[in-house]
Amino acid sequence: MNKIVNDFSIIVGTKNGSGSSTANNTILRAIFKMGIPVSGKNLFPSNIQGLPTWYTIRASKDGFTARREEQEIVVAMNPDSFTRDLASVAPGGAFFYSDDIKQPITRADIAVYPMPVKKIVRDDHSIPSDFRDLVGNMVYVGVLAQMIGIDTETIHAALSFHFKGKQKPIDMNFNAVKAGAEWAKTNLQKKDPFYLEPMDKTDGLIMADGNTAAAIGSIFGGAQFVAWYPITPASSLAEAMNDYFPMLRKREDGKYTYAVVQAEDELAAIGMAVGAGWSGLRAMTSTSGPGLSLMTEFAGLAYYAEVPLVIWDVQRIGPSTGLPTRTSQADLTFASTIGHGDSESLILLPGNINECFDFGWQSFDISERLQTPVFVLSDLDMGMNQWMSKPFEYPNTPMDRGKVLWEKDIEELKGNWGRYLDKDGDGIPYRTIPGNKHPLSSYFTRGTGHDEQARYTEDQVVFHRNMERLKQKFVTAKKYLPESVTHMTEGAKVGIIAYGSTEAAINEARIQLENEHGMKTSFMRVRAVPFTPDVDEFVKAHDQIYVVEMNRDGQLHKLLSLAYPESAISLISVAFGDGMPASARWVRKGILAKANGVRLARKSTATKKKAVKSNGSKGAN
Amino acid sequence: MSQLPMAGAPANVNLVGLAKNDYRGNPTTLCQGCGHNSISNQIISAMYEMNVLPEDVLKFSGIGCSSKSPTYFMNRSFGFNSLHGRMPSIATGGLFGDHKLKGVAVSGDGDTASIGMGQFKHIMRRNVNMVYIIENNGVYGLTKGQFSATAERGLQLKKQGTNPYMPIDLCMEAVISNATFVARSFAGNPKQVKELLKAAFAHTGIAVLDIISPCVTFNNNETAYHSYAWGKEHEEPLHDITYIPPRNEIVLEEEMKEGEIREVAMHDGSVIILKNLEKHYDPTNRFEVLHTLEEAQRNNWLATGLIYIATDRPTLFDTYQLVDTPLNRLTEADIRPAPDMIDKINALMF
Repeated sequence: MNKIVNDFSIIVGTKNGSGSSTANNTILRAIFKMGIPVSGKNLFPSNIQGLPTWYTIRASKDGFTARREEQEIVVAMNPDSFTRDLASVAPGGAFFYSDDIKQPITRADIAVYPMPVKKIVRDDHSIPSDFRDLVGNMVYVGVLAQMIGIDTETIHAALSFHFKGKQKPIDMNFNAVKAGAEWAKTNLQKKDPFYLEPMDKTDGLIMADGNTAAAIGSIFGGAQFVAWYPITPASSLAEAMNDYFPMLRKREDGKYTYAVVQAEDELAAIGMAVGAGWSGLRAMTSTSGPGLSLMTEFAGLAYYAEVPLVIWDVQRIGPSTGLPTRTSQADLTFASTIGHGDSESLILLPGNINECFDFGWQSFDISERLQTPVFVLSDLDMGMNQWMSKPFEYPNTPMDRGKVLWEKDIEELKGNWGRYLDKDGDGIPYRTIPGNKHPLSSYFTRGTGHDEQARYTEDQVVFHRNMERLKQKFVTAKKYLPESVTHMTEGAKVGIIAYGSTEAAINEARIQLENEHGMKTSFMRVRAVPFTPDVDEFVKAHDQIYVVEMNRDGQLHKLLSLAYPESAISLISVAFGDGMPASARWVRKGILAKANGVRLARKSTATKKKAVKSNGSKGAN
Repeated sequence: MSQLPMAGAPANVNLVGLAKNDYRGNPTTLCQGCGHNSISNQIISAMYEMNVLPEDVLKFSGIGCSSKSPTYFMNRSFGFNSLHGRMPSIATGGLFGDHKLKGVAVSGDGDTASIGMGQFKHIMRRNVNMVYIIENNGVYGLTKGQFSATAERGLQLKKQGTNPYMPIDLCMEAVISNATFVARSFAGNPKQVKELLKAAFAHTGIAVLDIISPCVTFNNNETAYHSYAWGKEHEEPLHDITYIPPRNEIVLEEEMKEGEIREVAMHDGSVIILKNLEKHYDPTNRFEVLHTLEEAQRNNWLATGLIYIATDRPTLFDTYQLVDTPLNRLTEADIRPAPDMIDKINALMF
């Protein structure tokens, strides 16, 4: 049997709430520590305890981190999903299961390994009886370690990290790992080809999740006010701020330069953030789709009253409550014109952990510069799963606090200023901040019609002028937004445009398309809406552009078609939304299906034309 | 304070050197005789007499007739006329910008008791440092006369017929939600309104002031609870209230003799003197407060005065232990971690 080294996927099926996340993260981190590129995805239910949950781990010597749809190694710990788990093993794969599950093994094309998990835990007297279930998961870690070659040193390092150096839980869990490994060494014979061997491909990298990166990035951006309401998958972003603020903004006097408020709902969360943004703080909120729906009202006010704030939307799949624990990219069109009446949004689209960090701080600069809400659209896959990443980089530009007038500025202007006056011709007015003690500094903020001095008016000329200025401001905005990430391929007539977390799947698919189907592609990952000028250039430079995204209706495709109507015919939507992270396979198949469609359509148009010519019929359809 | 008047300064300026005109706003656009205008005037007087710098006040409101009124007083203060029922969240965030400022918020019974009930109750329990005035007329004026949630059962309005629902008592809601200052007054009793406004402003924490403010256009029939006539007839002040600022600048007009006098000391050294009328009333005893509110409801009394006060609870800003400098005056050096922290953070990741 030929060895397959560092190139396969593992999936572990357990019961939610059984403590398996410690075990699975340990495997993931241990593989990372071995220098092997790895990714992990938690496919969990919206439930606290009892429902089936899966965790996938992909080791890839070539550095591919997208979800794979096939898994070579399956670990079944949950009787409720046993049949499904058994069926999911790729032919020639390996199946590990807890031997207290008494269900028939119906496959002969795979290697099967029963594990006496309960017995091993019971026999280890160092494990207190009420910890047996929790620690039981560590047994499969040990068995796997022995069978595929995970270094136990790296497992120990992963456990030390997980338990923050606390010796007792580290020892207890590590003992269970060792017991599992010992048992496997004595009792199991290797019947499958899958092996892990150390590499050096993760040197200098870190592992982090996008929500943590966003939180830390925001703190480096000088976040001062965070209001939030719990919602999956965004809660861990605000919670991470609570975790990292004390260390990063520690002061000798023990006082605080920030506040994190858990609001009574999303209406209040964004309301507080708008209030704080208005009064000059770097203010933010974080939510997911259902919360964003509730925030619509305040987002419209902040757009019209021109209040800076940052709104993180860690997308999950809707509509409505949808699947709370599944990923998606389906809030894009909603966010782009959120609110009634004419309105526009600035949207940042991070595509990896580093960008979650970078947009954490950059979003404040952009928002204060443009005096408008900035939406940052992450997603569950990026936000909650652990990803390999380059280390975070310190902000490379000083803070941009935008056009703010303090006491001395008002004094110099002799009070001659207007809150909504376009003095510089870029659509961005000047603002003062509450607490300014100059008697001529104040103005009255409102969501009703207002003139350049912020006074109420119903004058149609003034109303129209203000709306046109707002539009101008969003043209100005383009030069402050991050450009796209582009990979040009020489001679490629086909382009792919996407945004967010799908890049890993797309890059893998592009290699397959070129090697297996002869399709050369260039790739652009858009990072902001409204689109920066480079998007226009990319669209014009390609004959066909596949717009790949994780939703049903092709939302990015729609926005691109609206932005570049003259190129709309060359924009082809490859959209798919089922809540699962993108895989190279669906990207490749989606593009090929559309490519065939394009070919067939061209053929049939050509045939029809011929038919019309030959017999003058009215058309066959 | 640098702006204290010199000897021989004009008599019409207060201790911060401002004339009453410095506290005025734009001309009102509400109906003539609207109770809300009377309240705006009392806010102007109270702030002037209390020597408050307008720049130290943030005005907030939601949507409705009442919420328009912040433009009718204190033009020199920053203000935010926000969304219907959402004023409390805007105010909460807004005051974090500079915790040394004080909020003066105006809402209505629609804005607070219907669409904004949730935010109303939550700003109570957070004890935001702000005066929360409800100009309560039992009716929606701007949309031309629909029932509000504080309208009494059986109220008859022209186009709406008879109100079938029980009313919400906002003072009771505030007390139950752990507000630290709850008072009720009647726009037809301007002296009491002003004294209560001063006491509310001197209070550290959330101060709710439910002011029955008749709508002369849509709800002023003599038998309606929110009318001038009914209010005058049924008002039962719990006490005479006098607010005495710190340092005894104002001498009591008449000496209080009877034993039924209660002093409440405020954080800033000012004192509220309550002279009980009919019977002993202790506004610091929540149990008694709820009993009295229930009793008033059963007897159709409009109990006015300082209903509840607690001076021992930390405000939201105390809870957050903010730095002394207002947060919105902090610089990049204060709020962006130093460059070496990035390595420490990266070392914390796996």
